[in-house]
Formats: sequence, structure tokens, C-alpha cells
Amino acid sequence: MSTQSSNLVEASVLINHEVGLHARPSVKLTKVAKAFAARIELAIGVGGAWVDAKSIVKVMATKAPKGAVLFLRAEGQDAQDAVAALIALVERDFDEGNAHVVAP
Amino acid sequence: MSSLLRLTGTIASRGFAEGPLVPLVAAASRNRAGGNFADETSALNAAIARAAADLASLMASNGGDAADVLEFQLAMLEDVSLAESAFADIAAGTAADSAWAKTLGEQIGIYTAADDEYFRARSADLRDIRDRVLRALTGAADFRPPAGAILTGDDITPSQFLAADWSKGGAIALRQGSAASHVAMLARARGVPMLVGLADLPLNGAPVALVDAEEGTILLAPDAESRAHFHESQSAAAARREQAAAAAHLGAATADGTRISVHVNVAEPGEVESVDIATCDGVGLMRTEFLYTHGLPDEETQLDAYRRVVHWASGKPVVIRTVDAGGDKPVPGFTVEESNPFLGLRGLRLALAKPDIFRVQIRALLRVAREGNVSVMFPMVSLRSEYVAAEKLFREESQGLAAQGIPQAIPRLGIMVEVPAVAIAPEFLDGAAFFSIGSNDLTQYVMAAGRDNGAVASLNDPTHPAVLSLIRNVVRVGAERHIPVSLCGDAGGDPAALPALLATGLRSISVAPAQLPLAKLAISGVRLEARP
Repeated sequence: MSTQSSNLVEASVLINHEVGLHARPSVKLTKVAKAFAARIELAIGVGGAWVDAKSIVKVMATKAPKGAVLFLRAEGQDAQDAVAALIALVERDFDEGNAHVVAP
Repeated sequence: MSSLLRLTGTIASRGFAEGPLVPLVAAASRNRAGGNFADETSALNAAIARAAADLASLMASNGGDAADVLEFQLAMLEDVSLAESAFADIAAGTAADSAWAKTLGEQIGIYTAADDEYFRARSADLRDIRDRVLRALTGAADFRPPAGAILTGDDITPSQFLAADWSKGGAIALRQGSAASHVAMLARARGVPMLVGLADLPLNGAPVALVDAEEGTILLAPDAESRAHFHESQSAAAARREQAAAAAHLGAATADGTRISVHVNVAEPGEVESVDIATCDGVGLMRTEFLYTHGLPDEETQLDAYRRVVHWASGKPVVIRTVDAGGDKPVPGFTVEESNPFLGLRGLRLALAKPDIFRVQIRALLRVAREGNVSVMFPMVSLRSEYVAAEKLFREESQGLAAQGIPQAIPRLGIMVEVPAVAIAPEFLDGAAFFSIGSNDLTQYVMAAGRDNGAVASLNDPTHPAVLSLIRNVVRVGAERHIPVSLCGDAGGDPAALPALLATGLRSISVAPAQLPLAKLAISGVRLEARP
């Protein structure tokens, strides 16, 4: 799902990762976000506060669990590509597969 | 024995270790004399840069899992928003070290207060970042514990773990800590024994202690007798592992040569990746509940998951169980809320009550059935009419797919034997292609003792004569009517229960992948024929 008005792009995606938006997924997400010039923000759930998607400190602080809906909004020249790349990363489950072994 | 102190904790990483108890050294809290605003700002900037450079070189020298853990710390450290409030405090006149410690302390507090164990466990990474920068600010030396030591503390940071030399043994024993921490993950990968939650562990060091992270205990001030006992357990465990590894590729057989089929239970497709198909006889139970954890899965999603396991099995049998959901593990849009979910609308009962949802799974199963040696079984069957209704749905969907020209095949359709009514009178279900005894549920229903209730755990015994008598009955009826019988509960992987199970005539079991080597080893020690 994404909507576009002038150069503001918005979208949302379901986080399927076994333990949510945790350390390694956050590293990957902020790395992808930083590759774009656009101002990118994310929020968890409908009521979540918008935070800078390029700041791992702020992304981790959202404590987004598995099953949370991640909302994205980006503004700038490459906003459309940035949002598409971030959605794809979450949909690929951060390239970690689902073979996550839960500690005993 | 009076001076012995034995503490029991939670196992975060298995193994044995003997060595001195060495307390983990807390961050140097040597106070710097605060300088002016410009000096303090540049001191903190320099310390952060120095810490980042140290992390980058540690990542380069460690690689693998350790690099992943450190990359997270490096990303946090390089994020300017981490130190924002520390620089604000410096501007207000605070010294660099106090400002940094206060700012990181607030961050650590946020993680420590999290509800989710995983996020709580990240507080160790934040402490690691705090201490690394403080050491750079104060010039304190890095922590270097002696090789072979048992490191003790409230918790341990990844840097402390990586600074230790584990080549000569050693272990980790913590008052708090978490099996979900980054250090626990590293410890498991490197075979370093680790116990957490040892609330009464003294932290003042000791010349020797024994860690048995198979039992979950640490023995302080051991005497000669307890040391001898420890060494026996240690070498017995090592011998078991070696024997099991050596026997991994052999087929399982009892001491007197009876072949036993040993299959694996699979809870999600990723689990088979670490199992060599040559070490087992196929999949005795593929659960499908994992597909329903985010709501109702579509046909293609299910087909992909089944294919992964069926293709991995390379022609060996794969038994897929239709969804076994119930009110105890709610699936939105599927399960119903009940006051007593274990005796309610669950397993096949629920699937038949929601045929539109069940038909999606049936189509995916029909489509995968032509790609391998696939059987399907139904959970929680009590009546023949339930089996007949499910079989009818398979025939209807098969005709529907055939009409659309979609390749498919009807798999062998069997049942789980877990409701006592079926175990008592299995002959009424003789239309089923096979019986798979679910010993966990059968035991809880026969003994009237919930599986999830520790207070009645002693009643929940699959080797109770009543349970064994029912298993023997199912095996007997199966043999008379040429219906194959297998068992797929936890008891099949329990070396203590296996002799009694095989004595009932059972010749096929299915166990968790981790139990496979030890189950085969236990089978090889069983003698079925009565000795003269």
C-alpha cells in the first residue's frame, strides 16, 4: 500500500520477523534508509510516534514486536524508491529467513 | 557435604567446566576532573571515535556472529542521537564521563524496563557501549580475564565475552543474564557453558568451582567426592556425544538386531536445514501451526512451506498433520474462545467446523502430494465419522483441482491416536491408512493431567502402565488389520521411556531433530527378546 502526493510517499507493511524489529533488522533497515537522500520516518501502529528511520537509536526505541504494522513516510527526490526498498527489506524478513532458533 | 554450595540456574549454553571463579570487572568509575565546555566536548567526541575504531577492529578479527553483534553496537555508537543529551549536559557544565554515563544509563533503563525479553537482553549491549566509551575517556585498561576461568557477575557484555580466551575451557555464571542475550548466542556457537539466573551466586571469586550446564548447576567449594562425580558426568556426556555422532548415519536397531524406523518431527520448514536426511527415515510429523501465526495462510504460502520439507526428504516419507489449532493458541478468524480448550473445538473438530478454511489447506496438500512420498494425518480424531468427513473433503477438492487441470494427487490419509476413545477401540477407525500415536496428548488425557501444569507434572508420565497398555492395544490392532503404527510424541525421543515403548511392539517413532542421535543410541541399547 502506498500513496503519493507531490513528493510525499506513505506506505505500511507487517513485520513478520520472529522477534520483531530487533538489533540486526534495525541495523539493516537504517543502513538502507541512509542510502537515500529523502527524509524518511517510521511509526509503529496507527498511534505510534514518527521517528527518523535513519537513526538506529530511535528505531530500536520503538520496540516493534512481531506482528506490528510498520508505517513509513518519506519526502524528497528519491522518496518513492526509498519506501519501495524498505518495504521490500521487511517483506524479505530482513534476509534472515524464518529459521530463527529460540533460546531454550 | 555440609560446606558444599550447589546453586541451580537456567541453562543458556550446555557443557561442563571446572575453573576459578573470576568476577567480571565493572566499568572503571575513575572520575576525571571536568574541563571547560570545549575540552569536554572534544574529549567525548574523541572517546566515541576511539570506541568506534576499537569495535571496527574487533569485528574484523572475530567475524561471523560476533561481527553481527558488534555491528549493532557500532551502528548505535555512530548514531549522533545517542550522545545528544550527553553533549547538552556538557554544555550545561557537566564533565564528559558523568554526562555520558548518565545518558547511557537512561537508555539502559529503557531497555531494562521492556516487557519483551529480547529487548531487555539488549541492555547488555548498551552497557557494553557505555563502558567502552568510559574506558576511552578515563584511560582504564580493557578487561582481560585469565584463560579457563568461570566468569561471574550480574550480567556479561559481548565485549567481555570476546575479550576472554576460551581455548582452555571456562564458563559463564550469572546472577541475572538471559538465554536470549547476544552473549548466550555466541556462547552456544562456541560451545562455552553458560548458566543464568543464579540469584545467590557470590561475586567475590573462588579458587575452584564446577559448572554442569547439562544439569543447570554450579558447585562452589567442591570436595573430592563431588569432583569425582562431576568428572564422571563430564566424561559420560562426552562419550554419549561421540557415540551418537558416530552412529548418526547408521540405521537404528536394537541390541538384538530389530530395525526401528526413526523419523523427525518438524515444527517449521527451516528446522530441516540442519538435518542430514541420510540420518533419519523421513518426517513422522510435520506440524502446520506455524503457518497460522500471522492469521490464515493462502494456498501458495502453504504449498511453498510443504514443498521445502518434501523436496528435502528426497523421496523418503513425509507425514504432514493438518492444522492442530484450538482456543489455547488463538488464530484470529479461525479458533473459538472456550473455557476448556483442551476438551473443546480443536484439531480436526475445528477444521471440519470451518470447512472453507480447511479446504485451502487441503488443496495445498493435494498439490504437494504428487511431488514426493506424502501422507496426511488428522489430529484429535474421536469418531470414524470425523475421518470420513475429512476424507470426503479431500475427494471433493481433488476433483475441483482436476477440473482446473492443476496437477495433484490424494495422499495416504491417517489419524493421530491421542483421544483415549480411539486408543481403547482403534478397530472403529480401521479405514485410516495409518495410526500415529500422539503420546503427549494421549498421556494428558489418560492421566487427566495438563501438559502445561507443573503442579501435576509427575502424573504426566507416558510410561504409566495405563498409557503403555493403550499403546500396546493400538499396536496390536494395527498389526491385525495391517495398519502401520508410529509414535510421534516427546516420549519417543526420551532414552528413559524408549525401552518400555519398544516393549509394546512399537517399531516406528518420530522425534525432534535434536533428539535424533541420542534416540538412536538409546534404541541400540535395548534388548527386546527375553533372555533365558
